[in-house]
Amino acid sequence: MNLVDELAKNAAYIGTPGKGILAADESTGTIGKRLSSINVENVEDNRRALRELLFTTPGALQYLSGVILFEETLYQKTASGKPFVDVLKEGGVLPGIKVDKGTVELNGTNGETFTQGLDGLAQRCQKYYEAGARFAKWRAVLKISANEPTELAIQENANGLAMYAAICQQCGLVPIVEPEILVDGSHDIKKCAAVTERVLAACYKALNDHHVMLEGTLLKPNMVTPGSDSLKVAPEVIAEYTVRALQRTVPAAVPAIVFLSGGQSEEEATLNLNAMNKLQTKKPWSLSFSFGRALQQSTLKAWAGKEENVKKAQDAFLVRCKANSEATLGTYKGDAKISEGAAESLHVKDYKY
Amino acid sequence: MSAFVGKYAEELIKNAKYIATPGKGILAADESTGTIGKRLSSINVENIESNRQALRELLFTSPNALSCLSGVILFEETLYQKTSDGKPFVEILEENNVIPGIKVDKGTVEIAGTNGETTTQGFDSLGARCQQYYKAGARFAKWRAVLKIGPNEPSELAIQQNAQGLARYAIICQENGLVPIVEPEVLTDGPHDIKKCAAVTETVLAAVYKALNDHHVLLEGTLLKPNMVTPGSDSPKVAQEVIAQYTVTALRRTVPPAVPGIVFLSGGQSEEEATQNLDAMNKLEVLKPWTLSFSFGRALQQSTLKTWAGKKANVGKAQEAFLSRCKANSEATLGKYSGGSAGGLASESLFVKGYKY
Repeated sequence: MNLVDELAKNAAYIGTPGKGILAADESTGTIGKRLSSINVENVEDNRRALRELLFTTPGALQYLSGVILFEETLYQKTASGKPFVDVLKEGGVLPGIKVDKGTVELNGTNGETFTQGLDGLAQRCQKYYEAGARFAKWRAVLKISANEPTELAIQENANGLAMYAAICQQCGLVPIVEPEILVDGSHDIKKCAAVTERVLAACYKALNDHHVMLEGTLLKPNMVTPGSDSLKVAPEVIAEYTVRALQRTVPAAVPAIVFLSGGQSEEEATLNLNAMNKLQTKKPWSLSFSFGRALQQSTLKAWAGKEENVKKAQDAFLVRCKANSEATLGTYKGDAKISEGAAESLHVKDYKY
Repeated sequence: MSAFVGKYAEELIKNAKYIATPGKGILAADESTGTIGKRLSSINVENIESNRQALRELLFTSPNALSCLSGVILFEETLYQKTSDGKPFVEILEENNVIPGIKVDKGTVEIAGTNGETTTQGFDSLGARCQQYYKAGARFAKWRAVLKIGPNEPSELAIQQNAQGLARYAIICQENGLVPIVEPEVLTDGPHDIKKCAAVTETVLAAVYKALNDHHVLLEGTLLKPNMVTPGSDSPKVAQEVIAQYTVTALRRTVPPAVPGIVFLSGGQSEEEATQNLDAMNKLEVLKPWTLSFSFGRALQQSTLKTWAGKKANVGKAQEAFLSRCKANSEATLGKYSGGSAGGLASESLFVKGYKY
């Protein structure tokens, strides 16, 4: 199969209705925060054990089309010596790889950032492809404030995403394009919508400028919501504003949109995704999930690092996978067994990955 | 709000959606006085107001033709004209559920320092003119930007100028209640292949939609009038299915789903070619979040014009020819055209090198 066809096929597969992405690509530093929240030491074996718990959950992989991995995890194995990549592939799940190297501040701005990771990216992508990865992810971050996001921040991040995407495609990896607009702030949903539309328009112009083949990409945007310090609104309202923003900016050639969960609780994220898929309006791309915290929170709490809790934790994980799978079909009835932590807000102000 | 939602927002959305009704399309009858003069002279008819009026009356009173149309683009003079028994054209259209539209640009001028690339004029008092046109019954407008393919064309300057111009025109229209048809025509002239046309069309459309976003244009209240993606005029022709594939791919890559309808220009294609290409696009089994229809000038009027030849006695036959093309294109918007309405005239190429409106 030639490169173009392979990229399009993999991108389309990830967008299969009923499936979505587990974002398990927390960097060593970030996963350390998660582990410390359940009093687990941040050592390689614990990081490995957590991911094994997730990937070997009976029945969970059928609800996933992809898992995003951190570099360390790409080369890890189960306790019995089976490479994680093989576990995923056998379960019909495409392995993905986080390729960005975090954000740095843009000089002269009010704390705006751009994302690093372009140096030697092509070589790294080739290696990741050889190791079994078939898609990649790169997180650009923007914020809403009195004068933000600035045109500079939007352009830099859009351009960075486009360059990353073009390089990935040359190496056989489907690029997930992630322009996250942080939820932090006291702005209302209309402001979030306006900023999201502006940012996405800039992204798709940049992707076009860089000759990226849209059929072989995915989008990972924020949902359109009120700011974290603003009054909450119903899932139907979030769905309406989000889908409208996407209709105004995302070309139909993009096969799937896989939302990030930001600081939403597990249940919120699922309900919002479900509301979007119930909406009767033009949606030429499938709408699914690429959740990190919103898939793992209750699992993490149930596990607490103890071997004897693995089954309980896997049950919790399966519940969230199934719920989100239903949400991609608009059939979620909100009856998922709510374990401790599912309704817990996962918002951390000015969240750094 | 990213998009400007003024007092006409709901009306704009409703009108744009109506124009995009499956089974209907637009008759582009907005030839300027100079351009219609060329058409009339090709059938040996004098270019005077009463003849221009007679031609348009012939078209607008063709029995049953209006049911195939959702809109007609008019030149300013025509907006204020009447039938020979005194009924305003605008009323005839409105009574038959056809929305009157108005050409508002003032032609192209060359951009200095380029190789014959152009920008479009018409901004002076555009808002005030739109208000007048709205009062006269117009509910949509059209503005034609032109780009060409050459070794170094279209240049970034030409693309940006034309995209910005279209966006500025569009928002002014929306402020004044007119649905803007956004027309970035990439001319067919040249020896390039279809892939080149596709690449240029995608680059141009991407720039146009970025500009529309920058200018806060409400996409749900707009229409797009692009060229089809075809080989250059000096290049071998390809099958309609190929044209359909390249065209729809280009649009899927650039035109946001919020746009309700895409109404193609016919360029230099013959009446039959244009219909078959449109039909092939609508038969294509791929997801298309906007309707695909027509906004044809020459490709709807060519055989009608020749049949009329300026003679009253020919009006009935000419109207039949017009109805035939309207029906064919209406079927094409539904992917149901079975061919066969091609007379010799319908297959005649309408390509004019370096075509100036």
